[in-house]
Amino acid sequence: MDIKSYQTIRRAIFTIIILVSLTPLLTLISVTAFGFHTAYRSKVMAYLDQLVEKHALNIDTFLFEKLANIRVLALSHSMDELSDAELLNQLLASLQEGHNDVFVDLGLVNEQGIQVAYAGPFKLGRADYSDAIWFKEALQNRVYISDVFMGLRGLPHFIVAVKKRVGDERYILRSTIDFGAFNRLVENTRMGQTGFAFIINRDAALQTHSREDISAFIHMLGKRLWGQEPNQVTPGNNDEDSWAAFAAQRALAQRPVYHFTGKNAVTGKPAIFVNTFLKNNEWALVYVQDKADAFASLYAARNLSLLVLLIGGIAIVIMASILSKRVSDRIRTMDLEKQMMNEKVIEAGKLASVGELAAGIAHEINNPVAIMVEESGWIGDLLEEDEFKNTENLAEIRRALTQIQTQGSRCKAITHKLLSFARKTDPMERDVDINSLIMEVVEMSRQQARYANVRINTNLSDNLSPVTVSPSEMQQVLLNLINNALDAMDKKEGGLLSISTRMEEGFVKVDVSDTGSGIPDANLKRIFDPFFTTKPVGKGTGLGLSIVHGIMEKMGGKISVNSAVGVGTTFHLYLPVTPKGTDERP
Amino acid sequence: MEEQARPENKIRVLLVDDEEGFVNVVKKRMNRRGMDVTTVTSGGEAVAVLRKNDFDCAVVDLKMEDMDGIEVLKIFKKMVPEMPVLILTGHGSEKAARQGLTHGAFDYLTKPCELPDLLEKIREAVAQTAR
Repeated sequence: MDIKSYQTIRRAIFTIIILVSLTPLLTLISVTAFGFHTAYRSKVMAYLDQLVEKHALNIDTFLFEKLANIRVLALSHSMDELSDAELLNQLLASLQEGHNDVFVDLGLVNEQGIQVAYAGPFKLGRADYSDAIWFKEALQNRVYISDVFMGLRGLPHFIVAVKKRVGDERYILRSTIDFGAFNRLVENTRMGQTGFAFIINRDAALQTHSREDISAFIHMLGKRLWGQEPNQVTPGNNDEDSWAAFAAQRALAQRPVYHFTGKNAVTGKPAIFVNTFLKNNEWALVYVQDKADAFASLYAARNLSLLVLLIGGIAIVIMASILSKRVSDRIRTMDLEKQMMNEKVIEAGKLASVGELAAGIAHEINNPVAIMVEESGWIGDLLEEDEFKNTENLAEIRRALTQIQTQGSRCKAITHKLLSFARKTDPMERDVDINSLIMEVVEMSRQQARYANVRINTNLSDNLSPVTVSPSEMQQVLLNLINNALDAMDKKEGGLLSISTRMEEGFVKVDVSDTGSGIPDANLKRIFDPFFTTKPVGKGTGLGLSIVHGIMEKMGGKISVNSAVGVGTTFHLYLPVTPKGTDERP
Repeated sequence: MEEQARPENKIRVLLVDDEEGFVNVVKKRMNRRGMDVTTVTSGGEAVAVLRKNDFDCAVVDLKMEDMDGIEVLKIFKKMVPEMPVLILTGHGSEKAARQGLTHGAFDYLTKPCELPDLLEKIREAVAQTAR
């Protein structure tokens, strides 16, 4: 398989891991987050609703109570009594006693707007209210509660007025109420970092003091709130219903609460608005809080889950990447190993079949060669006869016969080599001291090396495990390598032959290095092939290294080669160590 | 095979090899070197000839078409136990040749062998048997 298909495998594994692990994670987090988000949101909103509703009810109750008090006074006292300033003072005192001084003053105003009687801290006397808005509104309604205005001392106040009919005459009994306590209550309704409350009226005028500057969005609020409620009863339309309407709204078991979202002009961030109407829909209690603040815990939880998701996701991606790479690499390695194994099997098969063929040829050639040699010997015998003694070309014939003998011997040497290569019988193996074997072979080659002008250097380790080999085969291997090395250096007119031994990876390693001409890359792959030779015709059989290879394979060892052209060649032999505890073979 | 009159000092050799060209030339050369050589080219023929004639020594090729050299050796040893038998073997078959030694062969030689070596071995074998 080529690189591309491994990449495909890797991508497939990667995708599967990502899908299998991320899908449940994403689903779980989404479902949980959605559920948590919904639940938390509705909990927060319910709490805010309750808060707003409670405050609205308190304020409505306050307004209604004050109105009711004045109404009782109006109903229970005659005009004469109410016109009496002394009695009015007494009534004011008792009201103040019962309600923590929230009643500031009391006054009776006739139909023309002239104050008939007054009890209170200000010397108002017969003031004329005919142009006052509250007076006009009060005349048209049974009861009336004004918007908030700032009193003389800068405190918030409003007017409560009740209409009283005496015959055709209409009188208004009015009282100024201190709204300071409730103002503070609303003002102090603060939650979190940004939550605050205030009351506005239908004209989008603030009814409570606010610490924040809300002028930027108060108009928008007015429009939005009353725009939503166009069908509500507006004051002034119906003078008989205003009292009943107050009572009805206050008595509502659950007053409607309206939500909407918008920009908080104070912080400039998205905010939620929680609103409810009070004072017969003329006022609205507004609670504003930044979303980020109101749902701080929710957003914190959301951010945490996103962080967890992100880290988990990254971890999964990294994991998937590493894992898929490992798996595809492993598959690749296994494929390569398999391929190499196949090549090895093919190689072994090739060598074996070549070996068999060679053996067959060797046997077949042996006999004719033997006959040729014998026949030439027979000619030599016949030349001894007297009749040939004076033959002219006797010397030449003898030379030719010698040549036949020589070439016959060469054929014999070749067939012997072929047969060694193909030999399947087990030569005797025994424990061998490889160092002394090397020294023997080196001694054998010493003379030859001298002719080739080659120095032989040995570097043999003392700590070698014994190896079980056939000494004659090992000798053959070493002789072959040394001969090759000497040949390689002969071309370069001398050099250095180094033989070293050491333990490596559980093998006894023997290196045979020369400083000869080196082997070109193109030939390096083929040097163990039978009949491969670069020597001139007649100089080499091309069997030496394949025999060496065959012997090494048979004994369970390995042979490899490094070579650089012009620098030299090193053959590495790896000999298997005798397994411990096994008896020496017979 | 004709019966030949022969001088007493000549060694009588039976050469068994299925390579006719080989046995013919070897016979001529050995005869020239003072031996009386009879050649046959199969195991069966060899047994037949041995039944009728006496030999001082036999040289048997290990590989023949009709009969294995070891078989021939066994039969020879049964028929004439005192006659020394030399084994001729191809290179690489020394194991089989060594097996021949256990069946009473005198020695073995690897083919192709030098004629002087063969003559030497035959003389050695005959000399030892005569003792």
